Amino acid sequence: MSAGTNKIAVTVTDIIEVNQLVKRFKFERTGGGDLPVFSGGAHTVVEMLDKEITRLNPYSIMSDPMDQNAYTISVRRDDKGRGGSLFMHHQVRVGDEMVISYPVNLFALDLRAKKHLMIAGGIGITPFLAQIKQLTTLQYHFELHYSVRNNTVGSYVDELTSFYPKNTHIYYSDDGQSIDLEQLLDGQPLGTHVYICGPKDMITWVYETAESMGWPREVIHYEEFLAPQSGKPFEVLLEQSNKTIQVGEHQSLLEAMEAADVDAPYLCRGGACGQCETNVISSEGQFIHRDHWLDDEQRKSGKKIMPCVSRFEGKSLVLDR
Amino acid sequence: MSKFKFPNSIISRPVYGVLKPRNGKSHLMIADAEGAEALFEIAASNTAIMAKSHILYFPKNTGQSYIKKLEKLNAAQLYIGPSYEASVSRLRRVLEDAHVGLQVYLTGTESLIGQAMQEIVAAGIPHTAIQTEHRGSVARRMQCVHCKGITEDVVTDPFVCSHCGLHLFVRDHYSRRHAAFQGVCVDAENPGDIPDPVELYS
Repeated sequence: MSAGTNKIAVTVTDIIEVNQLVKRFKFERTGGGDLPVFSGGAHTVVEMLDKEITRLNPYSIMSDPMDQNAYTISVRRDDKGRGGSLFMHHQVRVGDEMVISYPVNLFALDLRAKKHLMIAGGIGITPFLAQIKQLTTLQYHFELHYSVRNNTVGSYVDELTSFYPKNTHIYYSDDGQSIDLEQLLDGQPLGTHVYICGPKDMITWVYETAESMGWPREVIHYEEFLAPQSGKPFEVLLEQSNKTIQVGEHQSLLEAMEAADVDAPYLCRGGACGQCETNVISSEGQFIHRDHWLDDEQRKSGKKIMPCVSRFEGKSLVLDR
Repeated sequence: MSKFKFPNSIISRPVYGVLKPRNGKSHLMIADAEGAEALFEIAASNTAIMAKSHILYFPKNTGQSYIKKLEKLNAAQLYIGPSYEASVSRLRRVLEDAHVGLQVYLTGTESLIGQAMQEIVAAGIPHTAIQTEHRGSVARRMQCVHCKGITEDVVTDPFVCSHCGLHLFVRDHYSRRHAAFQGVCVDAENPGDIPDPVELYS
């Protein structure tokens, strides 16, 4: 068992349709009792028993970090995804018992900041909802810039604008509104940290703009969960376990190892945290690296792979696991 | 020669780099004594930077030697002060009005670099984002771990605490919070057994 994979048995106590794309789920500990306190930005990995497949998907916890009674998550339906969000939307009912992981935070607030500038795109709003509750309790200063398509699919726009009217700025892209980023970043007081959660393009845009304007790396924080993408099936020899496994078209390498009862470490399952980094013993073929963890040199070396999101195409692959 | 290569030491001991111009809307350069030479080099490597730079300079024992040349750099603002200590309120005011994107360059003695870094970190720039370059004297700002008093410009080991009078051993153990190296009583076990003072790095 790797760190962060302690499990909690929970019961779904409420499901709310937030809009046509997003449902909110409330989890309480099965049999009662407190859940652990977490910190804003943390996620939990939800186990979904979908017929013969066990899906493990990370979702940001959006409820108040100090509320030990329940965790809530929001799930955006992805009709083209591998099926985790569809399972949550169509199979899960109030009263169902599920298993979730202890909260893990890879997108924590830096509380040394004098001001927290948040930039959210679409469903990327969820970690900020918990962070805003934490910052409000601590009476810290924040400003939220939230870009969505329109009001109909803009999750929590109405709540945010009514609870925090002075801190919240909404941009509807259908109406041609967009964040004037250079204007926004220019003139922020010293000690401001910027946090970005949203689509990859948005993260890259904000990160690169901020860096070109002299923002130190240390004050730019972002989180993007990559969902593992499908690809050609491939075969892997796991040397330590002495097992040869097949990775299916819609399965990740990590999932295939788990299905073969190999205890592989993981935390985020989204290519961000580095926990699942695995040594390659030998390979003949092409790696398809999709993570945010390995640097260009490590990728070029062909000696490392992140099994949660990355794949392989070719003749043979032997891993040190 | 204003450059000195410090030998490798424990991880707590600060290490210094070479100032490099960085992207930024404005630049704050704080230097004392021979640190002026590092400013000349950065100005020579990037002539555009000075028009956006604010220099705070303290000559210490170098007197007028660098002043004329500093004036010729045509920085947006040049302040020459009697001492770092006397300019802290000015520095705080500069940082209060500053925005993210300000690049900070510290150069000169370890005492100046450490103390200026304290203020800048308090203003919200992470210490790892602040550039430093050591120039000139290897004298140290020492804190007595016993009485907590600070003795400036320590050049020998051991030295006498200017507050409590204990003979202190000069450690490489550094405190970023105090911007000082730690000095520990050298004759605690055998009172009176005090080694002869040796000049630092001699």
